[in-house]
Amino acid sequence: MRTAVIVFPGSNCEHDVAHVLRSLGAEPELVFHRDRDLTGADGIVLPGGFAHGDYLRTGAIARFSPVMAEVERHAAAGTPVIGICNGFQILTEAGLLPGAMVANRGLRFICRHVLVRVESTDSVLTRNADVGDVLRIPLNSYQGNFVLDTDRLAALEERGGVLLRYVDEKGHPDHTINGTTIAGIANAAGNVAGVMPHPERASERLLGSSDGLVLLESFVASMAKLPA
Amino acid sequence: MRFRVRITRRDGIADPEGTTTAHALRELGYQEVTGVSFGRDILVDLDVDDETEAIGKVVEMCERLLANPVIEEFTVELLS
Repeated sequence: MRTAVIVFPGSNCEHDVAHVLRSLGAEPELVFHRDRDLTGADGIVLPGGFAHGDYLRTGAIARFSPVMAEVERHAAAGTPVIGICNGFQILTEAGLLPGAMVANRGLRFICRHVLVRVESTDSVLTRNADVGDVLRIPLNSYQGNFVLDTDRLAALEERGGVLLRYVDEKGHPDHTINGTTIAGIANAAGNVAGVMPHPERASERLLGSSDGLVLLESFVASMAKLPA
Repeated sequence: MRFRVRITRRDGIADPEGTTTAHALRELGYQEVTGVSFGRDILVDLDVDDETEAIGKVVEMCERLLANPVIEEFTVELLS
């Protein structure tokens, strides 16, 4: 399974995610943002980092990188596309996912493990997980506070578009981490998904948690077109 | 021609910088502060002769890139 891992100027998680994808049997290829050809890609990853220096708004300039027209074409055709952290921000700016990101409540850059609960398995990012699973994954962001107007947020929740929600130790939804409880969402078709914490940084026991593996395994299974 | 684009946060959308700054002002004793919100000014210089055409282009720039309609609103002002 050929997986295009897009590298923008300022991306910094491309090697980590490629490493984990390779260990899961995929064939990741780093693709520079100026490339326009994603022919043959079975899946696409927009990795974390600070694309284009986060200038203007996070993801705002990356969304017009030459490669993004191909990403949008693949997304419309049903190819699995995931965005992690900055990649999630780019997907919202591109309109491939609803909503937008604003600064964390409390204006702190957050860099620590958080707990997220699986809310829906109807996506390329969560299909191998079970609803109710609680995963311990590192969050590493300043603009991770997902916002959407009330009506659209209700519609997103109604259709099961919220994939992952921040929870506290007791399993209750927790908005005190960065201001939102929403840690991951998908589009209506379920083939485009964004996640704010970094599953690739929780993919080996050596890293303190391997809870992120199930998310990347879901993505790899989706690329392989395995029955859910 | 020089334009000033002013980007502001839409009502009802979280503005953590504004909330934090309002809190700090009240801590300083300004109890009358009921809210603070942040925006940004962007100056855009254009080599265009026709004013109507120029305004149209700047508005288009705002809609495509400079503002995010999910969370922001914008105004465009001709400065010179």
